[in-house]
Amino acid sequence: MSKQITIPFGPQHPVLPEPLHLDLVLEDEKVVDVIPTIGYVHRGLEKLVEKREYTEYVFIAERICGICSFIHSQTYVQGIEQIMGLEIPERAQYLRTIWSEYSRLHSHLLWLGCFADSMGFESVFMNAWRLREHILDDLEATTGGRVIQGVCKVGGVRRDIAPEKLDEMVKGLKGIEHELQDLTNVFLHDSSIQHRLKGIGVLSNDDAYYLGAVGPTARGSGVAIDIRETGYAAFGKINFKPVVEYDGDCYARCAVRAKEMFTSIDIIEQCAKKIPDGPVDMKVTGAPDGEYLSRAEQPRGEVIHYIKGNGKKNLVRHRVRTPTFTNIPPLVTLLKGCELADVPVIVLTIDPCIGCAER
Amino acid sequence: MTFFEMTKTVLKSVFSRPATLMYPVKPAKKTKATRGHVKIDPTKCITCRICQRKCPTQAICVEVKEKTWEIDQMRCVVCAICVDTCPTKSLTMDNQYRPAMTARGGLEKFTVAGPKKKEPVVADAAKPATE
Repeated sequence: MSKQITIPFGPQHPVLPEPLHLDLVLEDEKVVDVIPTIGYVHRGLEKLVEKREYTEYVFIAERICGICSFIHSQTYVQGIEQIMGLEIPERAQYLRTIWSEYSRLHSHLLWLGCFADSMGFESVFMNAWRLREHILDDLEATTGGRVIQGVCKVGGVRRDIAPEKLDEMVKGLKGIEHELQDLTNVFLHDSSIQHRLKGIGVLSNDDAYYLGAVGPTARGSGVAIDIRETGYAAFGKINFKPVVEYDGDCYARCAVRAKEMFTSIDIIEQCAKKIPDGPVDMKVTGAPDGEYLSRAEQPRGEVIHYIKGNGKKNLVRHRVRTPTFTNIPPLVTLLKGCELADVPVIVLTIDPCIGCAER
Repeated sequence: MTFFEMTKTVLKSVFSRPATLMYPVKPAKKTKATRGHVKIDPTKCITCRICQRKCPTQAICVEVKEKTWEIDQMRCVVCAICVDTCPTKSLTMDNQYRPAMTARGGLEKFTVAGPKKKEPVVADAAKPATE
């Protein structure tokens, strides 16, 4: 047996946008064990819930993450509405669905760019981020913010989208769809990309299930879990199928994300057709008394917000389980047995978002 | 994969204008809805302190006695809850982002009008007490 050495990976590393630390135990060039460490960007946002009113905490819940921001606020608000027994207007449900799919699109495009860049595929990086700019422009025009939308509130949404603007958005997405098709074709069918991704970092179906993988990491291994199918917001009235791949390798996880972008565009189009007229918010009085476990599908997987209130303006407990946090045990399994040079690529295929994982 | 699949994209990029803005020279894109920074009309403010209570980052500080309204622009997260809840609409959202800063600061203090209409009400309230 050769001598084991430990190599630190992160918290500062060219491929990592956020600080995740992995101690890689190597035998020659092979990774035999991985010890992950988080805790570099902990902000104590869950504790803050005791100091802020539950209506204002929406803005803090949204700032848990800088990429999947909208869905965090949506999940939190849904939890509060369930405790208080509020039936929010249908138009608000549809608007939430549209914006959450927009944020999924922009997150996946951001990931595609970062991932291509980590392998030195600069032109895909530039093109993915150019397309993402269209998405961000639409988000800014409709909500007022590019990545932090701040548009969810308890009892509905704060802004409405005019029907003309909605048509314009759908037309814009149609235009992007062709370019996106070209981009993903080039990315997924490129031989050098396939060389670096196929058969590498394989997560078996059983492992994905028992280690609690969520989102594209689970769906890449054939575990068809998509919380959108539970029908929260307006997803119950929309026809869509979760994208599932069965190989479990890096390529499968990339393919899931690439194909999910087209599902998102399709969902937005369906929403634009079905959206009813009516009010977008309702008056809310009182304070939540009770507890609820609210779930939603983020770009990276299932997010859970546990909310507990005692009938006062400040909540008692707020606990968030984010997708990246649950994807760390599968990541450790993925990395065991791979080559050192493949580590950056494998880490990026779970789309780590450490700001989320630490709150 | 076919050969020259990227050619279409490359040619398009060659013959089109740059996708990025020449930012400091050209102003940044903004829309009507863009949340840039909070502005106050000091003549309308009645120092009711609702904005101070609602602010999630505690960026606003209102002194009722001194009739001042202070905002820490570096603390403000531009969520616009103060603009929504202001009863006299003295707060508005400007769609221009604030310029980058090279030194610490960002505190902006305004002397405001204060509760003008409330004064006669206070006098009325004082009457029954004396009677």
